[in-house]
Amino acid sequence: MADHFAAVLNPPSDGSAERLARIRAGLKSRHAREWRFRAYGIAATAAAIAFVVILFAMIFAKGLPAFWQAKMDLDVFFDPAIVKVEPKPVQQEGQSAADYRKAVLDWERAVTLVNWNRVIEAAVRAKAPGFQIDTRQVLTVVETNERFVLRDMFVENPGLLGQTVPVRMLASANVDNWLKGTIDRSLPDAQQQLRDQARGLADQLYADGTIGMRFAWNIFVNVDSRSAPAAAGLAGAFVGSLYMMLVVILLSVPIGVMAAIYLEEFASKGRITDFIEVNINNLAAVPSIVFGVFGAAVFINWFHLPLSAPIVGGLVLTLMTLPTIIIATRASLRAVPPSLRAAALGLGASRTQMVFHHVLPVTFPGIMTATIIGVAHAIGETAPLLLIGMNAFVASVPATPFDQSAALPVQIYLWQGNENRNFFEARTSAAIIVLLALMLSLNAMAIYLRRRLERRM
Amino acid sequence: MKKLMLATAALAVVFAGSAQAQSRDTIQIAGSSTVLPFASIVAEEFGNAFPQFKTPVVGSGGTGGGLKQFCEGVGANTIDIANASRQIKKSEVEACNKNGVNKILEVQIGYDGIVFASSASKADFALEPVHVFKAIAAQVAVDGKLVANPYKNWNEIDAALPNQPIALAIPASNHGTREVFQERVIAAGAKAAGLPEMSKEEMEKVVTTFRQDVVVEIAGDYTETLARLQSNADTVGVFGLSFYDQNKDKLKVATVSGVTPSLETVAAGEYPVSRPLFFYVKGEHVGVVPGIDEYVEFFLSDGIAGLGGTLETAGLIPAPAEETADVLAEYKAGKALTAADVK
Repeated sequence: MADHFAAVLNPPSDGSAERLARIRAGLKSRHAREWRFRAYGIAATAAAIAFVVILFAMIFAKGLPAFWQAKMDLDVFFDPAIVKVEPKPVQQEGQSAADYRKAVLDWERAVTLVNWNRVIEAAVRAKAPGFQIDTRQVLTVVETNERFVLRDMFVENPGLLGQTVPVRMLASANVDNWLKGTIDRSLPDAQQQLRDQARGLADQLYADGTIGMRFAWNIFVNVDSRSAPAAAGLAGAFVGSLYMMLVVILLSVPIGVMAAIYLEEFASKGRITDFIEVNINNLAAVPSIVFGVFGAAVFINWFHLPLSAPIVGGLVLTLMTLPTIIIATRASLRAVPPSLRAAALGLGASRTQMVFHHVLPVTFPGIMTATIIGVAHAIGETAPLLLIGMNAFVASVPATPFDQSAALPVQIYLWQGNENRNFFEARTSAAIIVLLALMLSLNAMAIYLRRRLERRM
Repeated sequence: MKKLMLATAALAVVFAGSAQAQSRDTIQIAGSSTVLPFASIVAEEFGNAFPQFKTPVVGSGGTGGGLKQFCEGVGANTIDIANASRQIKKSEVEACNKNGVNKILEVQIGYDGIVFASSASKADFALEPVHVFKAIAAQVAVDGKLVANPYKNWNEIDAALPNQPIALAIPASNHGTREVFQERVIAAGAKAAGLPEMSKEEMEKVVTTFRQDVVVEIAGDYTETLARLQSNADTVGVFGLSFYDQNKDKLKVATVSGVTPSLETVAAGEYPVSRPLFFYVKGEHVGVVPGIDEYVEFFLSDGIAGLGGTLETAGLIPAPAEETADVLAEYKAGKALTAADVK
């Protein structure tokens, strides 16, 4: 090595000096080229990172404020003069269960018909005594679903009659907009959503601390709502997505792993397996919207599965996830050293024993990662769901995968289209943050499991 | 191995479950995106007011899309109610009948105004239908002859209009709003535009052919139209009155024939571009899917669709009480719509 450098630095004078001079002359431009290439690389990386940073900054800047929303602490008096209902029926002796249920239902109906808005109005007025404002305007400050919240409280505990209890209520979406300044506060009355009096009341209550920006738990525990936008939440969509994930995992993992094992370990290599392999790869490349069209035609029109149900969404997404799992499982099976198989077979194991006792356990990390990444991909998929009716407005949490439901990405799409832009722009970004957090934690789980399982092997 | 068996068993359960999915206890609704917010509000309130029924599910897809789903047939996997921002067409009734949907019950729920709005920062528009026709049609009459539309700015059409490039965002044909726009604005404008004598077919072509360079057809919701206005502030968009009302901090509404659209002017019939809103009930499903009759009755009740009701706050223009009473009476009588009743 040292000789070599010496030869380069002190060239022998046998005519190669000229060649060396030429190399030296070219050296500068070669270094420049190298430097340029690195600069391009750094620029490309920087651009990619910049895009990610801008995306996240925009979503977080818009979405984070939505996690704190205007709520008001009121002392609600269940005024017997307004809440005029019979005591809750108790089951009499000899009364059949059906009769009793009917009596309770009638009673609940009567409770629903109580003018709860008057109870709310009285509670708001008590917080701002002497404030000149008419009834209609008072009610625009409180979200419209609160009357049902009071009703449910009362149905749950009829003993509240005549008592005063502190209740934290949601302020209406328009109050939230006004206090956050989402609608320009300097705009004239005609361009504001709240009337003059209501804006004044909101400001006064905000100043004395009755209304405060508090953490919006309702985003996580409430279902979607249109009549009460401030109460709209992701619970229904979350459970819908969860059911779809379950269906995807239950169907695509066994089918995908079985197919991969058969193709890799048992099937004789030939034209047919090649053909199958090509088609599985093709399936992985099919755009997701095509699966949606297929799902609508087959699962809904032919199998008569219900519209807007997570079961159908799960089946469609299974089709999408299957190729990912088959391909990844085959890759990890191929990566198992042949010596393992030879050893097992040599010791007298059958092929099935060889696969299930020795080869498959080694591939667990690979299959696990493929599954989680496939599911994470599927959970963010929107296009096929639009075609199977999952873009419907559903105001309940699905009890089974056969009930109508929304899904997280579709909920983002629906909120993006909501006509109350001022309020839902932020809430849409908040939903995106929730979905991103879910995806990132799924991916983190995949990495963690892979590390852990690989170490154990 | 055991896990695999378990998973397979679970799979079997999932498929066995699908056999039971034949009946349904949730009302399923789809259709017009204009009616969607109103129907969703009613669905929610209905679920709250009737603890014995599940909250109906409301999908969108436009009037045409909703009626197509509605007419697909009878059974648990077809919808029960289609929302519509125009009346059902003869062809749609025929398609329904062909697929076994024979009991189509029409329910009119109130009125909606169609407004032209521009960005709040832009100048005021005082439009006449003829202005819109001249801005939008591919061919207009100049000196009694049909020529390719020469207008670039609004003030070339009428000196009173702002000096602003012509750009329009109108609903695409999957929306019922498009039909009303075509009928009440474009057709009326064409009549006033003094077109030369021509056959009915030629006339039809002139009235329905729009310039592709300045007109954008929006297939999605009004939020998409609003996004157009925000990316190109010169655009004039077509919206429902209730959408404008919720976004008036960003939008400025144009007068049509001198009338400012509002709940009052539409209800009084002064504002020219308004239309009734409907939903259609599949009579075959009444009594099979629980709660349909109650939903209809609840929708038409005074506290919801009446004057000062929940839907008025949300932007629906209530029909007079007698009209609503007639609609409910006809529904209760079970008067099914036939192809002969509609255009």
